[in-house]
Formats: sequence, structure tokens, C-alpha cells
Amino acid sequence: MAYLDNAATTAMLPEALEVMYREAVNVGNASSLHGAGRRARRVVEESREKLAAAVGAKPQEIIFTASGTEANNLAVKGMFWNAGATKRAILSSPIEHHAILDPLEWLEREHNVTLHLADVDGDGRTKVESVAQLLSEHENEISFVTVMHSNNEVGALQPVEEIAAISREYKIPIHSDAVQSFGKVPLDFAKLGVNAMTISGHKIGGPLGVAALVAKKELELTPLLHGGGQERDVRSGTLHTPAIAAFATAAELSHQRLLANADHIKALRERLIRGVTTAVADVRLNGGASTLPGIAHFTFAGAEGDALLLLLDAQGVQCSTGSACSAGIAQPSHVLIAMGMAPKVARSSIRFSIGTTTTEQEIDKTISVINEVVTRARAAGVR
Amino acid sequence: MKVIAAMSGGVDSAVAAARVVDAGHEVIGVHLALSSNPQKYRSGARGCCTIEDSHDARRAADIIGIPFYVWDMAEEFHEGVVSNFLSEYSSGKTPNPCLRCNEKIKFEAVLKRARAMGYDAVATGHYAKLFPSENGPLLYRADDEGKDQSYVLAVLTQEQLSGALFPLGDTVKSDVRKEAEARGFSLAQKPDSHDICFVPSGDNAGWLRERLGSEVGEIVDEEGAVLGSHKGAYTYTVGQRRGLGLTIPAEDGRARYVLRVEPTNNRVVVGSREELAITEISGGDVNEVKWCGPIPVLGEHRGLAQVRAHGKPLPCTYRWDGKKLSATLDAPLYGLAPGQALVIYEGERAVGSVTIEWTQ
Repeated sequence: MAYLDNAATTAMLPEALEVMYREAVNVGNASSLHGAGRRARRVVEESREKLAAAVGAKPQEIIFTASGTEANNLAVKGMFWNAGATKRAILSSPIEHHAILDPLEWLEREHNVTLHLADVDGDGRTKVESVAQLLSEHENEISFVTVMHSNNEVGALQPVEEIAAISREYKIPIHSDAVQSFGKVPLDFAKLGVNAMTISGHKIGGPLGVAALVAKKELELTPLLHGGGQERDVRSGTLHTPAIAAFATAAELSHQRLLANADHIKALRERLIRGVTTAVADVRLNGGASTLPGIAHFTFAGAEGDALLLLLDAQGVQCSTGSACSAGIAQPSHVLIAMGMAPKVARSSIRFSIGTTTTEQEIDKTISVINEVVTRARAAGVR
Repeated sequence: MKVIAAMSGGVDSAVAAARVVDAGHEVIGVHLALSSNPQKYRSGARGCCTIEDSHDARRAADIIGIPFYVWDMAEEFHEGVVSNFLSEYSSGKTPNPCLRCNEKIKFEAVLKRARAMGYDAVATGHYAKLFPSENGPLLYRADDEGKDQSYVLAVLTQEQLSGALFPLGDTVKSDVRKEAEARGFSLAQKPDSHDICFVPSGDNAGWLRERLGSEVGEIVDEEGAVLGSHKGAYTYTVGQRRGLGLTIPAEDGRARYVLRVEPTNNRVVVGSREELAITEISGGDVNEVKWCGPIPVLGEHRGLAQVRAHGKPLPCTYRWDGKKLSATLDAPLYGLAPGQALVIYEGERAVGSVTIEWTQ
């Protein structure tokens, strides 16, 4: 078996699992005033501090949510609704995750928002000059900017720091979806210069069902969920103490081990790329020179991504077509289309994503089957 | 063998998939997404095409313990089945889309893809039997007469049938349901699908009108006398009696039937039941002739003709001259629409088929 879909989700770190279990057996609502409640609250606040330290933020800047999608929705809708009547536009990129793009398109449809999407290059990197131009042209209408920190499909790192610097000149707030980058590349909220940033637990060996919006104290957000107001009165819902504790543990460890992990993962990625490009003719590696350490995204001309996935799965190699599904049907990836790929070529792509638990054996297993798989998939053709 | 089980989300294909696994084959379940917008074709659990159906198929695959994937065949389905359905209707014919789906999708596009990917066969929940022989696979009627689907499979060639598995041919539907129940499939009591899967409302005429327009035309008798009007000739089928809305009664006071649909002048011709009687049925050109068993020797043979999915087999003499397949019925048949398939049987065995071009 080879699990090469760590960008989708990761195995939990043993340390995080232990914390999760420990907290799960303790009763206590972090909002309760008695002993059990205070105990839970203490765990949450210690976790908040740990997580903040791991991400270069202040503890009060952490807003826990139940998913990266929720944090992104809170950022997008919360910033827009708070921006005032004259600010009817949003600046973003066409390669954002659906958890950004879909709320943006929803605002466009339901609230007459104008979307300005910056150009990206053939590697899947947002062009700074395009962002700058859009900002100068629409400075008065733009309510905020949101640009992902690294692309979840091809892995291309985005020039967020530069974009944030330009946004600051216009005094326009900026959010960044950093779900894929967090724990994989150095990420420092204060240094990055954004007003808000999304991170998630299950991509770094933490549990599913917990994430955070890191947001500057002065950034005002209109809440999505109304209720107990547990998180800064911006996010309501009983805090998931065990998941929060495990998330913080995973974040702390990922931060401590960042360089060693990156070396391990990079070496495996290089091994995979060397092996695949040697074994298979006519294969292209996407994402350019500056990518996340763990993502290797290939285009195998003439083979359909779906067929590749099925045949690899049958060999015990698990990867992703990297594109969104509609009722289980793979659509050609909007990221690859934005990069200028023809839909047919875009359909011929798959993503391998390597994590801290990936072994050389898994990479070698993949290399050993890739040529036969691609040959068969090519025989089946592309629609 | 390595087998792809086509799983619609209905009872039959789920049990078929489970049986192929029991038989010791290496199986993966595949649900065919036939619409790029799954809501478009059919809503409600009626056995085909929707997101719920895909979910039901997935849950059955989970229970069987096989991998499950969705294959997007929307383009192929649109071109091979839906467009064909529309063009046939607009030329005054009455097509059978299930037959086209078997011919162009399940045992063509899917089987081809499966074979290229190293799989040997496609298994479906069709009610029909296949027996191997020295001369290749032979297609027989199912044991459950009421459910028999050999008619809609008789468009397959032996080459296609050699990559097909029909594990339900020896079982009656009620037992298949019991088996689904016993296997723990939540879809065990799902209703059968009856209508055309891509016409969500079941309102065939309305669906056609939306796509082909509803130009008002005349309903006439054989002499050309105008008896009424209609909104689109193609919504009528030869042999149809109800829904003609004629205001002028026939001289003899008897019911009138659609004799012909004339798409070029948008006319529907009606007449008495006797005028519907036909005994001669002939197919189109040689490319339309499909042999699901060995090709018969040239000349005349005795057999049975079936002209619609659940029609009666009619004793006939059929002729194959190397180019044309035709049949002479022993007793007349009333109301046969061109566009349906003529399927020839010898006993329980399906011999071959052709799309009906001409009748008399």
C-alpha cells in the first residue's frame, strides 16, 4: 500500500492522538463556570497559546472553527459584510480552493459582488503585477483581498507577502488560505502581513473537524454562526476541547520538526519525480520550481486522471486527481484551466502528495507500477 | 476474471455485482453518470441517473466490499442515446433508447474502456442468459418471463457479448429482491424503473415538445380529410388510439388509430384498426443488422419475431439475404412503429436484430 494523498488528509500524529484521547474522556464544557468547565477552558486556552506560537500569532488572534471551509467562509463573508455599502468588489485569484471560490461566487450571485481575479502564470502562481494593477484600478470598490498561500493542486507557493505589502498601501485588508502551507513551509502570521489566515488540523497530523481563522484583533468580522459567541463573539458553538488540544499538539510538533520533515519529504518527492519521469514517456511535472515540499503533480498526456486513479488504486497506490467532484464526476480542474491548460490536458493529471509518514517503500511501489498504469490508461484514452 | 460491475443504484445491478464477486471474480463497481448535471435527468429514486442513485450504488458496493467509482459517460450518452432519440422521433420513428444505451454505452464505451484498462467483462443486472458455445456466446431469454430483457440486448454482437455477464438470468425478480434484502442492501425495496431515464417527469410528449417545438399540424384520414389538429406530429406513435382529440367521428363510428406519422409535412394519418395490420417487416441496411449468435445461412428460416420490449414473440418466417433481414408473420400484427427493433428468436434464443425500416 502507498498512501500518497496527504494533501487530502494526513494520519494523526501519535502524540496528537494521545492528547485527543486524554481530553475526550474528560467531561467539561469550556464555557461552564464550575471545575470541569474551568479545566476544559484551561486546555482550550493553553492550546490556543501553543497554536499561536506555532504560527507566529498572538493567542487572541486564533478563532477556532470546525473546518478550514468554515474559516474561509467566515473570512470571505465576514469581511465582505463588514466592509460597508460602497465596497462591492473582492480581489482574489482563479486558483483558490473551492472553499474560497464558492463563497465568492455565492456573493457574486446573491449580493451583486464584482469579482476581480488576478492572472496566474503557467506554473499556477498568482502574478503580483496583475494584483497590483487590479488594486490600482478598483481601489475604491475592493472590500478585501484573498489569495491562497500555496495551491492545493499543483503545490505552487504564492507571493502572498508581496501581495499583502501592496494591499497595505491601499489600506485594503487581506486574507490568505494557508491550509496547505501550514506545517509544511515556514509560516508566520505577523511577518506575512495579512489580516487573516486560515489553517486546519487534519492536514498536519491533527484531527479532522478542527481548524482556525487567525485574525488580527482589529479586523472586524460579521459572524456566520450566531449563538453563544464562544470565540470572540465572532464564532459560536461549543468548543471541541479534545480536537483543539490535539490540533495544538500537532501544530507544535509540525513547527518544531518543520525543517527535518521538509528534508525527508523533499527527498521523497525528488525520488518520486525521478522515478516517474524515468519510467514514463511524455510526462510533465506541474507547479514550477517553487512548490510545497510534498506535492508532485503530473500530467500524463493521453491518459485520463480518473483511469489513472482507478488503476493505481487497484495496485494499492492512493492519490488524487486533485480536482473537485460533482456527484463523483471529476471536472477538469479550474486551477489547471487557469494555468492555461486545455480541458483535455487538464483531465490527464494526477496529484501525489507526500507527508511525514510517507516511506521510501511507498514511493518505490508507486514507481514500480506507474508505467503499466499509464500505458493502460492511455489505451483507454481521453474523452 | 477482472470484471467491471455496472451499478445503477437499483436492486438488480447490486445483486448482479454481488453474485459476480461470489463467483470468485475480481470486481470493481462503476456507476455511470449519464448527465453532466445529474439533477437534470431524473429526480426521485426511480432506478437510474441521480445523485441518490449513485449514493445507493456506492452503499451497495460498500456492503459487497468492492471498490466503487463513478464514470462520466454524459457526453457519450448524450450523443449515442439522447440525440439519437430526438432525431428518430423527429423523423417520425419510435426509438427504444434502452437498446441504444446497451449498444453504444454499456457494451461499447464502457466495455471498450474496461478492456483497455485490463478488465475482461462488464456485468449488468439485465435479465437475460448467456451460454458459451463453440461458436461464441449465445443469448437466451431470462427465466423470469415478465422481466426478460433479451430484446434490448439483442443489438449486441457476439464480440460484445463475449465481454458481458448477466448474473440474474436464472432468477425471478422477486427472488432478486429477497436476495438484496438478505445481503443487507438498503436499496432492496427500491421501486423498479419503468420510464425513460432521461425524461424525468415521465411525460414523453411534453419532453419532446420542449425540444422539438410544438408546431400545430393536421390529423387526417387516408383520403386527406382533416379530422383534427395536433401539437407536434412526433409525439404520436403508430397504433396509438388515445389522446387524438378528434372532433369529427368516423363514418362507421369505430375508433381510429394512428397509421402513420409524416414529419415532413407535420401530419398524423389515422384510420381503422384493420388498416394497421401488417405481416411484412423489414430492416434497414446491412450495417443495422446485428447477430447476437452465429450468422444464419442465407435463405428462409422459421422463428419468432418480437417487435417491442415486452411484446409477444410472434411465429414467423424470417429471411436473411446477406444484406437485409426481414420477416413474414404467420398472423397479422396491429400497430408497429418504425424505429423499434425487430428481434428474431429461435425458441428462447435471440438470433439477431435490426431496426425496423419498413412494414406492410
